Amino acid sequence: MGTARCARCHGALQSRDTQSLQKVWAWLIAGVILFIPANIYPMLLTNTLVEKSESTILGGVVDLVHHHAYGIAAIVFVASILIPLGKFLAIAYLALSVQRRSVINMHQRHKLYDVVEFIGRWSMIDVFVVAILSALVQLNTIASINPGIAAVSFALSVIFTMFSAQSFDARMIWDADRTAT
Amino acid sequence: MALPPHQDLIACPHCDTLHVAAELPDGARAACQRCHAVLQTAQPGALISVVSLAVAAIVLMVVAVSFPFMDLDVSGNHNATSVFNAIAAFNTGLAVPLAVAVALFIVVLPVTRLLAIIYAISPLLRGAPPRPLARKAFGLAESLRPWAMAEIFMVGVTVALIKVADLATVTLGPAFWAFAALVVITVFKDQLMNRYAIWEALDKATPAD
Repeated sequence: MGTARCARCHGALQSRDTQSLQKVWAWLIAGVILFIPANIYPMLLTNTLVEKSESTILGGVVDLVHHHAYGIAAIVFVASILIPLGKFLAIAYLALSVQRRSVINMHQRHKLYDVVEFIGRWSMIDVFVVAILSALVQLNTIASINPGIAAVSFALSVIFTMFSAQSFDARMIWDADRTAT
Repeated sequence: MALPPHQDLIACPHCDTLHVAAELPDGARAACQRCHAVLQTAQPGALISVVSLAVAAIVLMVVAVSFPFMDLDVSGNHNATSVFNAIAAFNTGLAVPLAVAVALFIVVLPVTRLLAIIYAISPLLRGAPPRPLARKAFGLAESLRPWAMAEIFMVGVTVALIKVADLATVTLGPAFWAFAALVVITVFKDQLMNRYAIWEALDKATPAD
């Protein structure tokens, strides 16, 4: 059986992706699992003449607060902790409500999906911070900063949750709605 | 009830509600009745602006990767860094795939999108038929949109600057400003780019066979 294709962009046509929810859950679970080492292990390894220190995501936020950089601390906290956690909950809620054929709050759920899709990529901020700091602060013995293993698992966690959100077919939210005009 | 011909219908990309496409007056926009997603916009001259902004962005990207990005100075010890250094920062063991990912997110995918958009749209400006792979190219540019993260990289750079500010003196290089301009231009370009309008333009320019 051939696949129906769009006359305009030649993309494969499919009314609904029947495996959408399976993919959503698979990517989501992978993302949640990787988020754990991302928070336990160090994100940055800092070596200076006097000390050697490691900092986790949350540790980095606390450091910024100590330096009175409250705005930046808030950005990192929101991007690296609140957004990923919020995303996990939001995607799980959307998937569950579709499974239960819920007909309530359809507009709000659709909005929620748009927000999740739009905001997820911004979690990558911290990975780029680590990349820039590690490249910039390389002064042999005086000071050097190197990426920790958490940077890798955090980046993967963000990528996997982006895949999860993209696998969600937002049209499923509306499928339970048979009364709309 | 008979539906109008399918060329005149728009299915909302978000909720699948079918609408009949309308000829919009200049500057107007049409939204989905059910979920209010924007379906159509009519901006005269949008295509030429999109292509020129894309060309400008490519020039800036060349500058951004070839010049020093920032220079760090701690009591006479210098370290200049470029965008490539930032990518190569993840050069040990398990982190190597991350270097590839960062390279994709901040340089390769943004450039791929820009080239694909220029390839797909520029012949239309001269009134010529679209290039053979124009549809594929534009589809690619659209699907890569969430993965091109130049603007997120700039926010990351700002956070990094504040973190080292009291440890050392940082001088911003030409590449920093080029990258910043690139981000602003990309945002403008994506604002101007309406999917539906561009597909329509590609359709109109394709000779019937």
